[in-house]
Amino acid sequence: MKAHNDPSGYWRANIRLITGSLIIWALCSYGFAILLRPLLAGIKIGGTDLGFWFAQQGSIVVFIILIFFYAWRMNKLDKQYGVDEE
Amino acid sequence: MSQFAINIIFVGLSFALYFGIAIWARAGSTSEFYVAGGGVHPVVNGMATAADWMSAASFISMAGLIAASGYGASTYLMGWTGGYVLLAMLLAPYLRKFGKFTVPDFIGDRFYSKTAAMIAVVCLIIASTTYVIGQMTGAGVAFSRFLEVENTTGLLIAAVVVFFYAVLGGMKGITYTQVAQYVVLMVAYTIPAVFISLELTGNPIPGLGLFSNHIESGVPILTKLNQVVTDLGFASYTADVPNKLNMVLFTLSLMIGTAGLPHVIIRFFTVPKVADARWTAGWTLVFISLLYFTAPAVGAMARLNLIDTVYPQGVAEAPLEYDQRPDWMATWEDTGLIKYNDLNNDGRIQLYNDSGLGAAQVALNTAEADGGDVAAATAAVETARIAHDAEMDGRFANAGWAGNELDVNNDILVLANPEIANLPSWVIGLIAAGGLAAALSTAAGLLLAISSAISHDLIKRNLNPNITDKQELKYARITMGVAIVVATYLGINPPGFAAQVVALAFGIAGASLFPALMMGIFSKRINNLGAIAGMLTGLITILVYIFVFKGWFFISGTANFPDTEEYWLFGISPLSFGAVGALLNFIVAFAVSYATAPPPAHIQELVESVRSPRGAGGAIDH
Repeated sequence: MKAHNDPSGYWRANIRLITGSLIIWALCSYGFAILLRPLLAGIKIGGTDLGFWFAQQGSIVVFIILIFFYAWRMNKLDKQYGVDEE
Repeated sequence: MSQFAINIIFVGLSFALYFGIAIWARAGSTSEFYVAGGGVHPVVNGMATAADWMSAASFISMAGLIAASGYGASTYLMGWTGGYVLLAMLLAPYLRKFGKFTVPDFIGDRFYSKTAAMIAVVCLIIASTTYVIGQMTGAGVAFSRFLEVENTTGLLIAAVVVFFYAVLGGMKGITYTQVAQYVVLMVAYTIPAVFISLELTGNPIPGLGLFSNHIESGVPILTKLNQVVTDLGFASYTADVPNKLNMVLFTLSLMIGTAGLPHVIIRFFTVPKVADARWTAGWTLVFISLLYFTAPAVGAMARLNLIDTVYPQGVAEAPLEYDQRPDWMATWEDTGLIKYNDLNNDGRIQLYNDSGLGAAQVALNTAEADGGDVAAATAAVETARIAHDAEMDGRFANAGWAGNELDVNNDILVLANPEIANLPSWVIGLIAAGGLAAALSTAAGLLLAISSAISHDLIKRNLNPNITDKQELKYARITMGVAIVVATYLGINPPGFAAQVVALAFGIAGASLFPALMMGIFSKRINNLGAIAGMLTGLITILVYIFVFKGWFFISGTANFPDTEEYWLFGISPLSFGAVGALLNFIVAFAVSYATAPPPAHIQELVESVRSPRGAGGAIDH
């Protein structure tokens, strides 16, 4: 258990987690699905390319995983820093 | 039993269910009315939020949009889901911790300013009113098509139903009704899609069928679709878009707009703990995605089915004779949502990309009949004809085609899907109940956001802070009733702005509310003046940019520029400008805040407190 009274450490850990998650969020939606689509054109999937799949389904899958991962990590951080609700 | 009777039974049963829930879940206090007492389980809340979120647009229009523009419409799929990531990480847990009832509540307290709260109320009312009109008209369309009543009558029935359970139950009644509505709309959306996917690909899961082989031709269904649409002169279904900047900004605008829409945010106030607010966002997206995985499959398969219907021998052969058209086409022609115009008088239905020739021809006929500008219309026809005749090495011109003859409104694809696929009549009844569930659940959520902004933020905060809980509850019910009456009136007489839900509601929520909320949580330095200046900058930027292209206050003829790509600033459409407005909001808010005094100590403590989940439970009763 870390120090119970370290609100700025808790907040920094949260910001790190958000930053990492939002990089993946942007990479999958704006990246793979839109801007980087031509780079992925070689990877074929069901009559089209991987970028099309990311645009219509893949990014949503990633969004769901990201939210559950964030919720799970934050609940652990809440306990670690002693700021969870009883 | 007739189709009409089956529709009545399905719609009637679903309404009886909603009424039953409303009576069971009456609200006894303002806390129950505004936030369902703050005790909703995150999975239940996720399901209700999904129904709240998925509007008539998601249910009725989205698959049609995807069918029409293929890859380009992915913006809606990503934009209307990606915002939940932002909500889960940047807004929902902290606003839940703050523990008040409304979005203007937070803005008013955090920026210690009644002016800031008032701007938030104005943004909320514009965005939610625009949004709710679309739901009321959507319900009216569903009623008039399936229950064969006048549009206005349909709207009035919808209003009475919403009035009953929203006024009686507030958020509590709405939440539990929405759970039932979610089930109804999901079942209704999925069943026809499963049948169609089985028929075309043999795969019972539509989302997987989209990437499977087309049984008839043996090639992937998207390859098949690309072949037939390009043979008819349309753009390839999966083709990339040229204007990537606009696609990125449009997607971003929809995402931050989703995160900033007050009727979505208040859903996160109904769960008991901060951790539950995070889980709620995840569950909401799971429940939304069940429909969003199916929608692109419905779009692609419906487009293929429609083309197959019109070209039963294949797109290289002669199209269907108008007299042989299926019954559903005739039914929808009665509603005006399918239009047929035999331009070359051959009695057949030509459906293809005619480079605008058909539309120009119709415009010329109208001009001749009504005494319009015949010379200009003739010139437009000639320009279109040159493009038309050159298309596909003159194939269309050589076949004697004189323009596209079948005009199919995007909105009917989902509603007509069961008929197009020859599904049994109970599926059609289910679709009727599902479309109404989608429209009513969203309408109720929006009306609650509007009424709580007025009764809580206007009356309680500004006009009369001393009213008791019982009195406030009474005001909340009265404003809810008034909001329903106003929304119904505007649904019957839609003003110009009603068609601009995406631009107005998402633009304002994204450009004005989202940045203010985010900065309020993530910066201790943003002060009252910075927030006010930023919100006004975002609001004014988006409104002016929309008005310049779509007409000042949407009065036709007052637009300064045509709403086309060559006139847009850097190729950014008015729909995509919310992201630019948000950026300016951030910049102005920081500049003004750093030029003026920092917020007082108790506000900085407030920010500290919303960042830490501990102690959220007690905050709800205040």
